[in-house]
Amino acid sequence: MARMKFLCDADRCIECNACVTACKNEHEVPWGINRRRVVTINDGRPGERSVSMACMHCTDAPCASVCPVNCFYTTADAVVLHSKDLCIGCGYCFYACPFGAPQYPRVGNFGSRGKMDKCTYCAGGPEADSTQAEFVKYGTNRLAEGKLPLCAEMCSTKSLLAGDGEIIAQIYRERVVKRGYGSGAWGWRTAYRETIAT
Amino acid sequence: MLIKRTERQARRGALAQTLSSQSDAGLDRRSFLRRSGLAAGGLAALGTLSLGSVRKAEARMPAKAGAAVTIRKNICTHCSVGCTVMAEVSEGVWIGQEPGWDSPINRGSHCAKGAAVRELVHGDRRLKYPMKLVNGQWTKISWDTAIDEIGTKMLAIREKSGPDSVYFLGSAKFSNEGAYLYRKFAAYWGTNNVDHQARICHSTTVAGVANTWGYGAQTNSYNDIRNSKTMIIMGGNPAEAHPVSLQHLLEGKELNRANYIVIEPRLTRTAAHATEFVRIRSGTDIPVIYGILWHIFRNGWEDKQFIEQRVYGMEDARREIEKWTPEEVERVSGVPGAQLERVAKMFATEKPSTLIWCMGATQHTVGTANVRAFCIALLATGNVGSFGNGANIFRGHCNVQGATDLGLDIGTLPLYYGLVEGAWRHWGRVWETDYEWLSSRFHTRDVGGKPVKMMEVAGIPSTRWFDATMMPQKQVQQQDNLKAMMVFGHGGNTVTRMPEAAKGIAALDLLVVADPHPTTWAVLGERKDNTYLLPICTQFECDGSRTASNRSIQWGEQVVKPIFESKNDYEVMYRLATKLGFADRMFKNIKVNGNEPVAEDILREINRGGWSTGYCGQSPERLKAHMRNQDKFDLVTLRAPKDAPAEIAGDYYGLPWPCWGTPELRHPGTHTLYNTNLHVMEGGGTFRARFGVEREEKAPDGTMRKVSLLSNGSFSVGSEIRDGYPEFTYGVLKKLGWDGDLTAAERATIERIGGNNPDSVGWAIDLSGGIQRVTMAHGCIHYGNGKARANAWNLPDPIPVHREPIYTPRPELVARYPTLPNAVQFRVPNIGFDVQKAAVDKGLAKQFPLINTSGRLVEYEGGGEETRSNKWLAELQQDMFIEINPADAAARGIKDGAFVLVTGPEMPAGQACRMKALVTERVGRGVTWSPYHFGGWFMNVDQRRKYPAGADPIVLGESINTVTTYGYDPVTGMQEPKATLCQIRAA
Repeated sequence: MARMKFLCDADRCIECNACVTACKNEHEVPWGINRRRVVTINDGRPGERSVSMACMHCTDAPCASVCPVNCFYTTADAVVLHSKDLCIGCGYCFYACPFGAPQYPRVGNFGSRGKMDKCTYCAGGPEADSTQAEFVKYGTNRLAEGKLPLCAEMCSTKSLLAGDGEIIAQIYRERVVKRGYGSGAWGWRTAYRETIAT
Repeated sequence: MLIKRTERQARRGALAQTLSSQSDAGLDRRSFLRRSGLAAGGLAALGTLSLGSVRKAEARMPAKAGAAVTIRKNICTHCSVGCTVMAEVSEGVWIGQEPGWDSPINRGSHCAKGAAVRELVHGDRRLKYPMKLVNGQWTKISWDTAIDEIGTKMLAIREKSGPDSVYFLGSAKFSNEGAYLYRKFAAYWGTNNVDHQARICHSTTVAGVANTWGYGAQTNSYNDIRNSKTMIIMGGNPAEAHPVSLQHLLEGKELNRANYIVIEPRLTRTAAHATEFVRIRSGTDIPVIYGILWHIFRNGWEDKQFIEQRVYGMEDARREIEKWTPEEVERVSGVPGAQLERVAKMFATEKPSTLIWCMGATQHTVGTANVRAFCIALLATGNVGSFGNGANIFRGHCNVQGATDLGLDIGTLPLYYGLVEGAWRHWGRVWETDYEWLSSRFHTRDVGGKPVKMMEVAGIPSTRWFDATMMPQKQVQQQDNLKAMMVFGHGGNTVTRMPEAAKGIAALDLLVVADPHPTTWAVLGERKDNTYLLPICTQFECDGSRTASNRSIQWGEQVVKPIFESKNDYEVMYRLATKLGFADRMFKNIKVNGNEPVAEDILREINRGGWSTGYCGQSPERLKAHMRNQDKFDLVTLRAPKDAPAEIAGDYYGLPWPCWGTPELRHPGTHTLYNTNLHVMEGGGTFRARFGVEREEKAPDGTMRKVSLLSNGSFSVGSEIRDGYPEFTYGVLKKLGWDGDLTAAERATIERIGGNNPDSVGWAIDLSGGIQRVTMAHGCIHYGNGKARANAWNLPDPIPVHREPIYTPRPELVARYPTLPNAVQFRVPNIGFDVQKAAVDKGLAKQFPLINTSGRLVEYEGGGEETRSNKWLAELQQDMFIEINPADAAARGIKDGAFVLVTGPEMPAGQACRMKALVTERVGRGVTWSPYHFGGWFMNVDQRRKYPAGADPIVLGESINTVTTYGYDPVTGMQEPKATLCQIRAA
C-alpha cells in the first residue's frame, strides 16, 4: 500500500488559501472549523514564506497515543482517522498535536467542546465508504473514489502536494534540483521522522 | 484577532453570531487559548439575521444512490485568468467541484475564490426576487411589475430630459453575449452613456497600448511567461489578484532561472518570491521607467535594429529620458540609481523579457502615460512580438477583456469601431437596422448654432456619473443632467469620492440595480422610492462565452438553472427592450426562446460584425469544440497539434483574438500579437498600420520632412510584400491584382457595402471576410504593417512626462511636474489642475501626511459584495483594515489590530472612516495601504439595516473610496485611487 503524505513547497506557496476553501467546499466544513489553514512567517518582511498546514497524518501519531478513548486509527494508506462516535471532546489530542490540527465545534472545558474534527485526507471515517452517514460526520471520501485530497489537487501553484510519500518526495527533489533552491519539506521531520535529501 | 494576517484564523466572535444557523461552531484554537472559554462575540444582536442554511446542508450530500452525476464545464467568474470550473451536478443541484485538469490555463488549480464558487449558486445571501423601495422599505414585487414600472419611468425621463439622461452601467462579469447586448441596448435606446469596470481598472492600458501598436490588450499570455528570462512586475500583485497566474510565473522562474523583479510601493505577496524588489513612491512609475531606460541608452543596451525597423519616434522619447538622471530619479521616486542599473541590464540583455502590469500602473491621473512609458521600455529593448516577451497586462474581472472588446465603453461601438458615422453604418448593416432610425434615437444638440449629433460624441465615464448628476446643468455638455442609473453588475464602492457618490445616488430620479446581490448602490444614498433591485443569476446559471486576459475565449455552459427568482442578463434586457418598444428591431437576427435570447445566436451576430478585432472566427461550435478537447492543447504554446481531432487541429486554445476571417477559414487565433516569426495564418502578425502611412515632422535642422510610419524591412513570415504596407481595402487588392482571388459572393458583398465607391471598402467593414482571406493567403495582414509609436502625437502627452499626483506628499515637486491644465473631457469639466494647486497652497500634505494607496486581497474581488457574501471566503477576511508602517503607528499611538479613524482631504469635516490597523513593514514609512473590497459601513455608520433582509453580505466594512480623492486621466477619465493622501489616528 501507499504511504500517504502531504508536502508543502514553501517556495511556491503564495497564501492564496485555495486549499482552505477547497476543503470547506468539499466537506461543507462549518464556519469556524479550519481543517486546513495557511501560516505565514516573516509577514510583510523580506524572507516572507507561507506554508499550508493541516493534519500531517503522522507516523506514530501523538494524538493517537494520548487519546483516552482510543478513537484514532491508521488506515492501510497510513492516513490517521478518528471516530466521532468514540471521541469525548477531551482536547488531549489538541495539546499533543505539533501542527494544531484538531478542531472543536464549541468552546468549553471537560468534554463540552463537542466532537473533535480534523483533516481526514479526504478519506472519511469508520463508516461505510461514501455514505451519507460518513459524509455528515467526516465529509466526502475521495480516496475511496481513487482521488486525492482536493486541497492539494486545487493548489494554485502546485505548492501543496499529496500522494504517496515516495512519489511526492521525488517530485519535490526534482523541483529543487532544477531550480537550485528549496527550504525543505516543512514538518516532515516532526511528522514522518525523515527529511528529503536533495 | 484576524487582522494580523499571520494569524489568519477563523475569528469566531461577532460574525460567527451572524451565522447563527451554524451555532454548533465554537472557537478556533488560538482564540480558544486567548479567551479561555469565555463566550464569544459582542455583536450578538446580529444573530437574529435569518440565514436559512438548510438548503446547503442538503446540497452537499453525496449524490443519492443511483442518481446520475454529470460534469458541466464553466469558467471561474472571478479574475481574468479564466480557470476552468468542473461542476458535479446531480438532480439539478451543484453538489461538488472537481479540478479541471485538462485546461492548459489552470491545470486543475484554483485560488480561494475559484475553489469556493459553488457557494455562489447556493448563496442564501443572494437577492431572491425583484424588490423596490416603498417609502424607504424594501418590498417584494413581481418581474412583470418591475419591468413595467422601470420602463415607464425610463420613458418619462427620456421624454423630459432626453435619452442621455439615462446611464447604462454594465459589467465586466457579463458574458461576451451579455456585454454586446447591453451595448446594443444603449445604442437602440440612444445614448453613449454606457460603461463598465474597465473604466476603473485598465481603460488607460487600452488607450496607451492601442495608441502604441494597434490593439489594447495583453500581447502574450499567462502561459507564455514560462518562456521569459526576465519578468518585471510593476504595479501589480498577481499573487493575490491572479493567483493561478503565479503557477506560470513561478514555474517559468524555476525552469529558466529567470529574473523575477517586482517594482512596487509595497512588499507584496508577489514580491515575497522576487529575485529583486524595488520599492518606489506611489505615482512615480514614469521616473522609474525612464531611470531604467536612461541606463539602457547610456550603455547602448537598446535593440537598435528593432527600433530602426519597427518603432516610430524613439528619438523623441530619448530626449525626455535623458532628463532622468539617476540623481533626479532618486530624488523623485526614492530608488537608487545602482539598483535601477542592475534592473536595466537584466531587462535589456537577459531576454526575452516581459513587463507585467496591473492597476498599480493604470489607476492614476497619468495612467495612460504610465502605460505608454512601459510600452516604450518594451520597444526600446525589442521585447514585443515574440515568445516570452511582451506587455503581459493582467486584466481584472473574468470578462473585462471581452466586455471592453464588445464596446461597453463610452467611446466606441462593439470591437473598437468608434462612434463615427461609418461605425454606425457598419453595425447598422450587421444588425439590419436602418441608420436613420438609429440616428433618430439620439439627441442632436445645438452648440453655438451648430448641430452636434450626440450619437458621435463620447459619453460620460463611470467615474464621473455623480458629477454629471449634480453639477449645474450647463456644465454638463448634454441635453440634461443624468437622471437615472441602470446598474447591471457593478459595485458602487469601487469608484473614488464616495461621499459625493452618496449625494449623487440621493439625487437620481431612478435607480435600478440588476445584480445577484443588492450591492452598495442599494444602501449608500438616502432614498425612499424609485429604486429597484432585480435579481440576476451568475454566469454559472447561464450559457455564454468569456474572454480571458490572454484573449482566449472560453464557452461556459449552464451548470444549474437560475436560483430563486433570478433571471439571466439576456432575458432581462429582452423584457426591458420589449417594454421600451425596440425588441423586434434589436433581436431581429437573434432567436428568442420564450423571453430568453439564445446565447449562441448572439455570438453568431458578434462573429458577423467583429472583423476589426478578429472576433469573427470564434463560432460557438468552435469554442465548444475547444472546451471538449482542452487536454489536447500544449501548456506553453497553447496550440493543439496538427494530429489533434480535426475540429481543433492547429488551433490556439480559446481562439485568442484576433481570429481572422469566417469560422470556416479556420484561422487558429493569435497567441502572441505582432509576432513576425509566424505566418499570419499560423497566428503571426505585425504592428498595426493604424495611424496613417506617413507623418510630417520637424527635422533637427528646423525644416519639415515627411517620415514613413510603415515598417522598415520587417514583415511576418511568408509575406509576399517584404516591407511595410498600409491597411487593405478593396482598392488596394485591385492595385496588387489580388482581387481576382475573391469569390463572386465576396465581391458582391463588398460592392453592395461600397455602393458608389467600392474601392474604399476596408478589411474591417467587409462583411464577407473576403479581403481578410485573400490578404492572408498572400501572407500579409489586412490591418497593415506599420511601426509602433514611441511618439503618440494625438495624446495630451505624446511622449509621457512625469506629473505629480493631484494630492502629492511632495508638494515641492509640483512646480516642476504639475498635472495637466483644466479641460472639458467626456462632457464634464476636469479641474485637476485647480485641485492640485489648492492642495499645495493649503499645505494639505502636512495635514494629511500619509500616502493612501489600495489594492486587492486574494479572498475578495472588486466591490466584494459577492465574495463577502460567500461564507467560505468571508470567514478568512472579517475586517476592513489599513496597513501602516510601525514607525508611523508608533508616532500616532496606534496598536496592531486596534481600530483607527482614517480621514482624507476631501471628506466632509468631522467625519472619519473606522477600520482596523495592521501595523507592518510591508508598507514603507509614510505609506498606508488598504483593500478596496469593503463596503456597507459609511463614515463610521454600519448600514446593515439598509440591505433587504437576508441579502446583506456576511462581512461589511468601510470602503477606502470614502477616503479617496479627485483626479482623472485626461485620455480615459480613469480615477486616481493609487496615489492620494490620508491621515490616521487611533480610535
